[in-house]
Amino acid sequence: MCEKHNNEGTCFTYVDSGLKKVLLSCIVNGESVCAYIDPTMTLLNFLRRELKLFGSKEGCGEGECGACTIIMNGVAVNSCIILALEAMNESIITVEGINKNGKISILQQEFISHDALQCGFCTPGMLMSARALLDRNPNPNESEIIEAIAGNFCRCTGYVPIIRAIASAAKLEREEMKNE
Amino acid sequence: MSDKEYRHIGKPSDRVEALEKVTGQATYTADLEFPGMLHAKCLYSPYARAEIVSIDVSQAKALLGVKAILVGDDIPYLVGLYMVDKRILARGTVRYQGEPVVAVAAVDEKTAELAVSKIKIEYKVLPSIQTIDEALEGKILVHEDINDLEYIKNVFFPQPDSNIASWNKTIKGDIKKGFEEADLIVENELTLPAVAHAPMETHVAIAQADIYTNKVKIWSSTQSPFAVRKLLAKALHISTGDIQVIVPYVGGGFGGKAGIHLEPLVTVLSRACKGRPVKLIATREEEFNQLPTRAGMRGRVKTGVKKDGKITAFEIFYDWDSGAYADYGVNVGKSATYSGAGPYEVPNIELHSRTLYTNKVFSTAYRGFGHLETHWVIERQMDMVAQKLGMDPYEFRMKNILRPGCLTISGEEISENSGAPDQCLAAVAKEIGWTGYRSEAERRSNINTGKLRGKGLACLQKAPAMPPHTSTSAIMQMDDDGNVRIMIGVVDIGQGANTIMAQIAAEVLDMPIEKVKVIWDTDTSRHPYDWSTVASKYTFMGGNAVKKCAQNMLLQMKEMAAQALRSSIEDLAHKDEYIYLIHHKNKKIKYKDLALGYAYENGNGIGGPLIAKGTYMADGLTFLDPVTGQGFPALDWTFGAHGVEIEVDIETGDIQIIKIASAFDIGQAINKKLVEGQIMGGVLQGIGSAIIEGYKFSPEGKLMNPSFTDNKIPTAKDIPMEIIPIIIENPQPDGPFGARGVGEHPMISVPSVIGNALYDALGINFYNLPFSPENVALAIGNGLKK
Repeated sequence: MCEKHNNEGTCFTYVDSGLKKVLLSCIVNGESVCAYIDPTMTLLNFLRRELKLFGSKEGCGEGECGACTIIMNGVAVNSCIILALEAMNESIITVEGINKNGKISILQQEFISHDALQCGFCTPGMLMSARALLDRNPNPNESEIIEAIAGNFCRCTGYVPIIRAIASAAKLEREEMKNE
Repeated sequence: MSDKEYRHIGKPSDRVEALEKVTGQATYTADLEFPGMLHAKCLYSPYARAEIVSIDVSQAKALLGVKAILVGDDIPYLVGLYMVDKRILARGTVRYQGEPVVAVAAVDEKTAELAVSKIKIEYKVLPSIQTIDEALEGKILVHEDINDLEYIKNVFFPQPDSNIASWNKTIKGDIKKGFEEADLIVENELTLPAVAHAPMETHVAIAQADIYTNKVKIWSSTQSPFAVRKLLAKALHISTGDIQVIVPYVGGGFGGKAGIHLEPLVTVLSRACKGRPVKLIATREEEFNQLPTRAGMRGRVKTGVKKDGKITAFEIFYDWDSGAYADYGVNVGKSATYSGAGPYEVPNIELHSRTLYTNKVFSTAYRGFGHLETHWVIERQMDMVAQKLGMDPYEFRMKNILRPGCLTISGEEISENSGAPDQCLAAVAKEIGWTGYRSEAERRSNINTGKLRGKGLACLQKAPAMPPHTSTSAIMQMDDDGNVRIMIGVVDIGQGANTIMAQIAAEVLDMPIEKVKVIWDTDTSRHPYDWSTVASKYTFMGGNAVKKCAQNMLLQMKEMAAQALRSSIEDLAHKDEYIYLIHHKNKKIKYKDLALGYAYENGNGIGGPLIAKGTYMADGLTFLDPVTGQGFPALDWTFGAHGVEIEVDIETGDIQIIKIASAFDIGQAINKKLVEGQIMGGVLQGIGSAIIEGYKFSPEGKLMNPSFTDNKIPTAKDIPMEIIPIIIENPQPDGPFGARGVGEHPMISVPSVIGNALYDALGINFYNLPFSPENVALAIGNGLKK
């Protein structure tokens, strides 16, 4: 806790713990990574500051807005309120890792086609929530899509194009599965 | 709808920068790192008004890794857009809770944070101004030096020895006569609270100030790099050209990133750190309580009408709870003087708009500034007057709506080219199946279901709020392979300006849009001038500049081709990247063969590299008369209307929007997909202002909800069940291809239309925003008791 608010005790900003650094190893977008980190470091700070993966964004730093959403072991999580150490030996996917064989994925293409983004700041997190949904439920209905992205704020689009893009991507992905 | 066949105009082109945004490659200011970069943190005031007795930074300074600590006394500069009233760090007195008092630059964020925690400030807490009435009373002055502040004369009118930062007026006709002629006079008072812009990206700025010269390089999440450059140069007493402002991707602005914010602070910190780059990222809490907001407002409105529904007079007082510094707030107040009575003909009006200093976080522009607020008052008032008249509010609006030949409240004549608010209103009324208010009996008959439905209508208007002589420019170059690069000064904050400009250029040049590259990041040292990315003015102004620029490039190509083809310009035409002879179509030259100058087979060359320019300056606009507010402020009016059907849960007060239809007369959609995106996004942002959002202050002036936990914005669960964007196209001859702006408009009048539907559903008039479940449930409880 810092004394920023004149000892009102309302602030919990990250300050170096002074604890001994710990070795973290995990898999990020298919690549093994290892680093010695402060054990109080968040997963988002690990991705951005240590790995220089700047795709994941910080919108609030307190798990409310979803801009930092990544996939950890198949589940969409807010990386700003998860300790990096919780990712020990886990598999992480970020927006930089959802392309397929050097091409953008169907989901990404549908975000473009449906204009499911304006400023683009929520887009990486939104894509990861959508990806996690489609991975566990290839045929979601509208309310399931809404539920999946309800933790991702978007101030620009009004969400409608995003919901349409995810529904369209689900359909196209199912068709692709059939063809394969 | 224009019957002209266009190749690109009106087509749903994909956003030109979309690929970078879906792949995580798009770089925002917070993503930038530079060699030697330091990180800044601020300590801010816990009190709304207090005297700074002492500041002790000794412990903080002693920390390893702290490179500079600045307090207000270290920085003698004042900044301000219209009123030069703000210090970079508070000096002597703090004027709002959240005002930065001390700034630290250190090797990393955690060291800066630790240093901030070790700073000791002793305050003497003073009584503060928390309400509009206290501000008007003026027993305490937020700015004791108000009489000495520098400001733009004859545009803003600060009142001596008061808290009135500007008192702007509209006086047209004779309201005394107007009210005498009236058969009915209706008076109401409505309010709305301050609301946060809440862009997903908080404000971020990095500065690198060369200590040997005056040069300053800034990277910022700003909407107005050229304004930052100008205002910073003025504050630091250096030349405009010494400052370079670069704008990477911006994660939403909505007006909150217009003007100048964190840039001066990081600049002085960088100077104090021997020129090392200094980065400051506002936390979400700081975004709420340190950086500016939309002002709260109280509107007192008095309307005179004839029995037949014709308005005879309006008297309006708009009082803006505008916070501790004027920033854009005075201009927000000023916008009411030419647009504050809605899209109606009002023969007699007296309108007073007072922007007030209070001890709260200061206010600035917010999407359609002043208009959501004034239209909240006016469009509710239109319904309440109709109720008193016993008239259908649709008919009442249609009776008074602006039509060709009518005068606006600032005395500007509306023509058939100005757009048609009546068509917008008719379209939304039809879309929601408007048939007039429900009767009390109809309401009662459904009460057992626990859910009551209601419909509502509201109109809106807005013209860009900008200086009458606002200008913009474009530069275009052609590469050897025939690709065209466009340099413009706009910032694409998500509104899609880069895409729209590519479409316009590709249309004029008749070439594939893929070969037209708009160049960002906007950089004031490389890109040509644009005033600011605000006011829904860029499609119109930038579109005209880019159109003229592309025409200029065509002319240059034709001049060269005329020589090469031994012809004259008049005999040449262009198509599909060729300049050709009209009568001998096979005699032609490909654009790319002219790109660097034309070369004959024997090696002779003519012409030179193609570089075109296009500028646009608003024409025919005037300053408003300082006494009467009369004049010509409107480059283009965009009119619109919303129609809504809602369902209210009478137990919980929860409002579900069944359907909302929103129509705008935008002249010509350049890109329908992007226009619909603006409409859907703006409508939901308006729903946020209507139902969810709003600042809550303690009696002492502490912001109680500076987080997304307590100050939510709409989520995917809050969207209307159905949202219908309607595009109406009555072209404006001086707009590019007939187009008008629409970026801000969809948000305006959304609270009013829901308020009107609440009356239809419940028979209860609401006067205060937001329609939070508790406010609605309480009103229902009180209403049913009556």
